[in-house]
Amino acid sequence: MPLPRTTADGHPIMFVQGNEACVQGAIAAGCRFFAGYPITPSSEIAEGMSRELPKIGGTFIQMEDEIASIAAIIGGSAAGAKSMTATSGPGFSLMQENIGYAYIVEIPIVIINVQRGGPSTGLPTKLSQSDTMQARWGTHGDYTAIAIAPSSIQEVYDMTIDAFNLAEKYSTPVILLMDELIGHMREKLILKHDCELELRERCLPEVPTEWYVPYKSQTNLVSHPAPFGMGYRYSVTGLIHDTTGFPTQISAEIKSNLESIRNKIITHRQDIWKWQEYYTEDMKYLIIAYGSAARAARDAIETMRAKRIKVGLIELKTIWPFPDNPIKKLAYHTKAVFVAENNMGQLIHPVREVLPERIDIIGVQRYDGRPLEPMEIIRAVKEEIYA
Amino acid sequence: MSTKSVKNSKIMNNNKNGILPDKIDRFEVRIAGAGGQGIISMGMLLAKAISLGDKKNASQSQSYGPEARGGATLADVIISDKTIYFPECITPDILIALTPGAYEYYAASVKPNGIIIADSNAVETVVGSVMTVEVPILKTCLDKFLNPIVANMVTLGFLTEFTGIVSKKSIKSAVEDRFEKSKFLESNLKALKAGFELGKKFKSEGLTQIEPGICLNL
Repeated sequence: MPLPRTTADGHPIMFVQGNEACVQGAIAAGCRFFAGYPITPSSEIAEGMSRELPKIGGTFIQMEDEIASIAAIIGGSAAGAKSMTATSGPGFSLMQENIGYAYIVEIPIVIINVQRGGPSTGLPTKLSQSDTMQARWGTHGDYTAIAIAPSSIQEVYDMTIDAFNLAEKYSTPVILLMDELIGHMREKLILKHDCELELRERCLPEVPTEWYVPYKSQTNLVSHPAPFGMGYRYSVTGLIHDTTGFPTQISAEIKSNLESIRNKIITHRQDIWKWQEYYTEDMKYLIIAYGSAARAARDAIETMRAKRIKVGLIELKTIWPFPDNPIKKLAYHTKAVFVAENNMGQLIHPVREVLPERIDIIGVQRYDGRPLEPMEIIRAVKEEIYA
Repeated sequence: MSTKSVKNSKIMNNNKNGILPDKIDRFEVRIAGAGGQGIISMGMLLAKAISLGDKKNASQSQSYGPEARGGATLADVIISDKTIYFPECITPDILIALTPGAYEYYAASVKPNGIIIADSNAVETVVGSVMTVEVPILKTCLDKFLNPIVANMVTLGFLTEFTGIVSKKSIKSAVEDRFEKSKFLESNLKALKAGFELGKKFKSEGLTQIEPGICLNL
């Protein structure tokens, strides 16, 4: 008898890797163009997309490198197709220049970064969360980034769909930060039916072509440049531009251009922010973590709660824009805050920025390519309690 | 300790869930060997069979090096009735070691009441005193199939029959799923069956402890 392929209520059920769940999510979200260059530990995403996209009339291209890959998906999206690429640290570094281009021309794209150890070629097969800051500040200039991070296989699927929705809603690149552990580990995944998916489609202009102003922001502060091929003609440039898309040197227009790509995200941060609280009601100690470190933190909290240590967790699903208010509120009555991450301390910086000095902020960091273990978090909390 | 029969150990009981406790808080299985031996496939099939077939929670994670063949490779399977958060083994309940390196490196991490299933060639110097069952896995592959490539299926079959942590029905379905419409289905099923038989033999004939920890089917 074969293993069940659907749940009792008819949803397709699989036992897959994070990378495979990402492919399922992207296809469900309506991604129809993928350009990429395979790199461990993200290669299974390219592999899966190359298999799935042709079946549904989509296009997969393996490009010559990551610079070409990101350029291709910006082009794909400018032509109206929901577009994605997947990479890891070294490739993410190569993509930075064009990611900046996508910010300024306001083209929605999804970039999956399955983080591995760095810098440089680093640790291809080992995990790390050391691109946390690169996802925010990777390309030069002033801009605001959206980066989200799943911690389970089901969440990889759901949040890949979220990534496409956010990209379309705010007309901007969205970075999905995974790490090697999440990308490669396998768990049960339950797929949604098409009718259960809430998908955001490209916002199309409603004015005649001759009245069209591509970067005139709409009521929600977001401008949605029209897909090429619809008859709307406008300039697309990486130079600071006015609302028509042509370069400008005028002070007010420069400010307005920069502020629009920041404000469209900052103003809607409440809508973007997602986090999950775990045992926070009565906690005296707060752990902040995301991705695989959050899994270790949950395990650690279960153990500590059994010993009546009042510790809780805020698991960040949105990393950027940084969910400062939720953290401030939660940390207010705590004695100490622990930031658990698989790097030499990156997420701890924005935490330090938002919390008052009276709260101790302690980093629990691991950076040897192995996942942070629950015991390491428990040890850090105990040291603080008995200090 | 002198030579003694370990026939009455928990292995020999015919529980429905094998050696799994009735309420599974967290049960850890670590499969270790060399790249190319099918270690990760084994972990994946085991976890999939338990998760989808036996309706328990299971997760599988892995660790491997940049080499395509030969590097140290590891697959961790966690089984639980609860949600599994940390997906890697901390102190395994079962260690499967197919190479001397795997045994030497991980034997000490196994729980005191755990079990090590080692290929006959894997134990060079005994580490600790955890119950270690030496099984002629690679020898069976070479004798029966003239090919070491099915070692993972023989191991999976042995593990299933000997420990009962996964049902035979589910593991067979997982293998059939994996090799659906493939010309390799038959050879893999044959190897899995050979593993079942090996497990049955070890269970029915019992084990003899020849030195602390080391148990053989003499």
